[in-house]
This record gives sequence, structure tokens and C-alpha cells, in this order.
Amino acid sequence: MKVVLADYGAGNLRSVTSAFERAGARPSIALDAESVRDADLAVIAGVGHVESAARGLAANGLDDAVRDRATAGRPVLGICVGMQLLFGASDEGGTGLELLAGPVRRIQAARVPHMGWNTLALTRDSALLGGLGGEDVYFAHSFAVEPDDPGVVAAVADHEGRIVAAVDAGPVAGVQFHPERSAWAGARLLYNVLAWSRSV
Amino acid sequence: MVKKRVIPCLDVAGGRVVKGVNFVDLREMGEPIELATRYSELGADELVFLDITATLEGRGPILELIERAAAELTIPFTVGGGVTGLDDALSLLRAGADKVAVNRAAFDDPSILTALADEFGSQAVVCAIDARAGEVVTHAGKTPRGRDAVDWAREAVERGAGELLVTSIDADGTREGYDLPLTRAVADAVGVPVIASGGAGNARHLAEAFEVGAEAAIVASIVHERPERLRELKAELKEAGWNVRIPRS
Repeated sequence: MKVVLADYGAGNLRSVTSAFERAGARPSIALDAESVRDADLAVIAGVGHVESAARGLAANGLDDAVRDRATAGRPVLGICVGMQLLFGASDEGGTGLELLAGPVRRIQAARVPHMGWNTLALTRDSALLGGLGGEDVYFAHSFAVEPDDPGVVAAVADHEGRIVAAVDAGPVAGVQFHPERSAWAGARLLYNVLAWSRSV
Repeated sequence: MVKKRVIPCLDVAGGRVVKGVNFVDLREMGEPIELATRYSELGADELVFLDITATLEGRGPILELIERAAAELTIPFTVGGGVTGLDDALSLLRAGADKVAVNRAAFDDPSILTALADEFGSQAVVCAIDARAGEVVTHAGKTPRGRDAVDWAREAVERGAGELLVTSIDADGTREGYDLPLTRAVADAVGVPVIASGGAGNARHLAEAFEVGAEAAIVASIVHERPERLRELKAELKEAGWNVRIPRS
């Protein structure tokens, strides 16, 4: 099974790569649209801003490659900013790929970023999140998605209000937390993701 | 609710973890990744690697350590110590650190915080502030800077820091508890998470830091002496009703 991490110049992908290796995959990092389009699973990870990430993806045609995949029903996983990139306009500036409808809003809480370990509450059945209800995972973000369709939300966390922690919409999925930095629960998530991407 | 974090801080010299912060009589504590993994298993929520010899030896060894830590650790880690400027901080993040802690370089040129946040997001930017009697000091506590620590904390956040690591030089190493007035004053002044540092001796001390508004607390000597202490500290905090993470064994 071919797992590809889209490299659009946003930070270091070593920790995500290694986490997928621990889960049993052999991921490769791809700069070109063809690899991103053809892989069995494409992952958009990274840090920073939706705006610069969207620009980085567009520079090598990776944005269209990801759109093509989604249209063809081939699995795409977004992690952290990568999940925000699946959505629309961000309060931070820029617009994502709009594979899913809804804005990315700045978190309203006494302390932002939402930083640290928080507990996942599952909002519906999702193959992605099997075994993860009530587990703690690591978040580090100041912006969060607000899907127009509540049906795509698979898990939430509480930070003085509801934070969307995971979305599951057919071939398109995302997690706001960092599985590569979430110890046991993160490993379980990636294991689930690999199983999910074989079944989508 | 996001959980209160307990964060061991490891001093690193030449890419090795050492005990003691004075530059004489450094004793090696073990292989850094092994030690970090052990703390991770014992319940560390994050780790801080502090490169205490950065300015003496250059960045080679710590960059190598970051690359390995990024690949092998399954909890987040911050790297700091002797960060000289923007390029230096960027090199640590680009090597795979989840966050970089900038101290004097940010005080001297706060625009560094903005530049780092622009590229990596403010969640990756920690401003480290050392204070003595409420005044900012730099150069490992040697140079008083004539500025109120709370005032600087406020500016650091405006400039882009997503978290503050606040160390009381007065309390550091005493094991008599964190500097609570300082921790409270900074936590009240800013809207980002504050990490209390310096003075941890027991679970009660961590609880006090959380009570005055810290989101996280640094532990060093008490856990380096006996790593199992970390697991006990978290169990004691949990027992006392604090919202802390007890990892699966």
C-alpha cells in the first residue's frame, strides 16, 4: 500500500513519516502532483497557516491532485493545518481546498492556542476512531474548523466550547490533533487510518 | 478540558543529556532518546531539551538529537537554550522540533517571535523568560535587564509567542515551590498557556502552580534523581483531583 505525504514546504515531516512507519506503512514524501494523485493514501500534514500551506500546495499542482483524488473517491487524510486545508476560508487568512464546506475560525477561549492533551468524545461511529473514545490526544492550534454539515464531525474535544477534533466524510478525513505526538492513541489512530484507506 | 501538563526538562551538552546546570562537573545521565522515551512512558506530557552548551560548540549535536527525537518520540518536545537569533531558531524547528524556546534573542529583538510565528504558527513559538524579583534577567541569570517580567510577557505574546516558559531564578533549584506571585502575575496578564519553571519539589508545588493559572509545570532535578517519581507525581495530582493525563502502561 502506497502512502504519500504531500510536501508543500511547511515544516518537517519526519515525525509524521516515522509515526506511519510504526503503524506498519512505508510512507514516502512527494513534491509532485502525480505521486500525490496516484498513492493509495495521500496525507496532508504540516504546520503554519492555511494561507501559506494553500499557496505551497498550489505551487506544484498538489491542490488539484488532492481534489482529483477526492472526486475519484480515493482517501485523503489531513492532519492539523492539513485538516483545516480541507475546508474553506480561514480567519487566519487564505482559503483551503474546499473539499468540505465551512470556515476555519479562531478559537474563542481564555487561553489560545489550545495546547496540550485533551479527551476525544466520539460523536458518531467512524472506522477512523475505533477504540479512541475517551482517549487523550495532543492538540496545538489556534484555529479550528466549523463544518457546515455537522454530519461530517466524528469527534470533538472541549476547550471552553466544542472543538472539532476529527472529520470523516467518505474519502476525505482529517484530525485536528497530532497523532504523531499522541503516544498510544496516536498510534491507534494511524493504524485505523491505514485500515480505513484500504476499505474506502 | 485540556489537561494540566507536567514537563521534564533535560539539559543537553554536546548532544548528551547531563546532570547539573553549572558548566563544571557535568555528569552524563544516559542516552538522550532512551531517557526521553523513559520519561514519556512514565507520563511526561511533553519534554524540553535545553542545549546548555549551544554557544560553545555550535548546533551540530543538538540538530542531530532533534532529528532522532522527531522520529522516535511519540510526545511533543521543545528545544531551547542559547538560541542566538531567527536563523538559529528556524534551524531547530526545521530539524523537527515541535516548538522552539527563545529567551535572550527575543528580548533583544522581539520581531524574531513574529517571524517564527509567521512561518511555523504561534503554537510552535515559546518565549522563555527568566526573572529575579520580577525583573527580566538574561545570560543564565547573570544580566538584569531593567524590565518588568510581566510587561515583557505581555509584549512577547503580542509579538507572536504562543506559550511562555517562565522561570524564577529565585526559586530555581530550591525545591521549595514555584514562584507563585510571578506565575500568577504572568498568567493573569496573557491569554496564552504559561509554563511555570523553577522550584518543583513535590506534587503540592505543581498543584499550586496550576492553581495560580499555569497550564503546565517544569520538573527537573526531582525526576532526574529518580525517574519513577514522575509517575508518582502524576498519580498524586490525579488523586488530588487535578485533570492530568495518566497514560496507558
